[in-house]
Amino acid sequence: MTNKIVLENMRHRPMRSLLSILLIAVPVTMILSLIGLSRGMSEDSQARARGIGADVIVRGSSASSVTSFSGASVNEGLVKYVEEQPHVKMATGVIVHSVEFPLTASGIDLDAFTRMSGGFQYLSGGPLQNDDDILIDQLYADQKHVKVGGKLRLMNRDWHVAGIIGGGKLARIVVKKSVLQEIDSATNKVSAIYVQGDDPARAQELADQLGKTLKGYPVITMEEFLSMFAVNNIPALKAFIGVIVGIGIIIGFAVVCLSMYMAVLQRTREIGILKALGGSKTFVLRIILTEAWVLAIGGTLLGIAMSYGAARLISAVAPASLPMIIVKPWWAIAGAITFLGATLGALYPGLSAAKQDPIEALAYE
Amino acid sequence: MNNGTIIQARELRKTYVVGKVQVPALRGVDLEVPAGEFLAIVGPSGSGKSTLFHIIGGLTPPTAGQIQVGGNDLAKMSDADRTRLRKRTVGFVFQKFNLLPNLTARDNIAAARYISGYREKPDADFEKLLESLGIAQRLDHKPNALSGGEQQRVAIARAVVNRPAILLADEPTGNLDTENSKAVLEILQDLNRRLGQTILMITHNPEAAAYAHRTVSMRDGKIV
Repeated sequence: MTNKIVLENMRHRPMRSLLSILLIAVPVTMILSLIGLSRGMSEDSQARARGIGADVIVRGSSASSVTSFSGASVNEGLVKYVEEQPHVKMATGVIVHSVEFPLTASGIDLDAFTRMSGGFQYLSGGPLQNDDDILIDQLYADQKHVKVGGKLRLMNRDWHVAGIIGGGKLARIVVKKSVLQEIDSATNKVSAIYVQGDDPARAQELADQLGKTLKGYPVITMEEFLSMFAVNNIPALKAFIGVIVGIGIIIGFAVVCLSMYMAVLQRTREIGILKALGGSKTFVLRIILTEAWVLAIGGTLLGIAMSYGAARLISAVAPASLPMIIVKPWWAIAGAITFLGATLGALYPGLSAAKQDPIEALAYE
Repeated sequence: MNNGTIIQARELRKTYVVGKVQVPALRGVDLEVPAGEFLAIVGPSGSGKSTLFHIIGGLTPPTAGQIQVGGNDLAKMSDADRTRLRKRTVGFVFQKFNLLPNLTARDNIAAARYISGYREKPDADFEKLLESLGIAQRLDHKPNALSGGEQQRVAIARAVVNRPAILLADEPTGNLDTENSKAVLEILQDLNRRLGQTILMITHNPEAAAYAHRTVSMRDGKIV
């Protein structure tokens, strides 16, 4: 009977109910999109780093996190030195240049990179030949609406799209290393050296061994490097997610509080009737809370549906810059956040309804 | 209190505090109602009829005096105790019907049954009562699709669905035309005669009061 009363009440004010559900859905979509974007970007970066085929990475002396990767501070001469070390199969230097946040262009030695990674898969076109040649992956080509043979303006230069490559290796945008060094005025410098060992299972030993000889350069295994991309290991992102979750709770709270407060005012007389029939305070509170929970469930479901819409929209606009994925485990978390906000929001109107005087409520016009 | 007495009030007082002003609504009411009586309470506006009705119905506590309803001492009851009293001991019929507008007539009756804590359906006698009230065919309509007379009959069915010891009717014909008023009063009289339902009815209308066994008059917070 409680459920019937709640559902009939909601049906009686469809506009209020639907608006509340929509307003609750907005922060749910916001949270799910943010999580989907950060996870998507992090997993995409990890996949591309994994695709390099290296076991160990040597970075610049100033490198402290993933975000300070750009810039070239490693002497290119070290590549040869590293290659001469025991247990090193091969090494290659890569220079990274930030283009359009969060995208970067990588300058590579194509032959060395091909030997290490197995080479790019060319969906169309072919490898880098001239200095103005550029390779881009399919997503970036889609984002820029450009095809092989087309022109692309990046880093204040016009580039000739030589090939469209399959994603999942190093970067979405690849040019010749020497060209990028010239642009950066970083002759003989690279951002990082990727090292392949003779036994992938002994990557840690190799990293330790190289670390001893390359004083001042952080040397870590690729596994450790990949873990730095994880959302939980980027403190600023973690804090940002915390803020968005907090906003979600506040919006859920405010929407439900306002909506239920209005509902309680509109239904003062009905609350009086329920109380005259012997409805206890708990019964009245339960009706208000149940309605808030139904709104929260509706808002969560609509929010999840809208997050699919957001993902489609983002992948249509910026598939390369913002690879968003749907993170299903967060559905439950978003639901719990909404539930918490709705419960807090319904408490005040619910309690004020519960303690309404039945005589005054019945006299309410 | 005699075994046959269902309501007994002694020196019953109620004072409302409005701002800093004390407004006495009942100034020492003595009343005894035997079980099975159909009693009409008449009196002008502000005479304290409704206040007496609210106290007997457990909607508000008295300020002083004694009041026993169905063996319960209302003066000593907590808010929660009075809520329990309203579940099964008293049933209300209001001038403005006071049906829940979003529920059908059937669900309005079911809601009263549910709130009282009964989980089984009303007995066969209740089905007969619905027939005699002439609303059996109208139960799946919401209040806004029912006439005033029909709404009041649904309200009467709702008030007696839990077989309360006392039926309290506050101006039950106040919003009805002559024909429907007569029908409602006959229903109340029939409930009283057939089922021995104790009824307290507040009314302005002497014709309505004539349906009762006895009429008491109130003036200035007292029975005169």
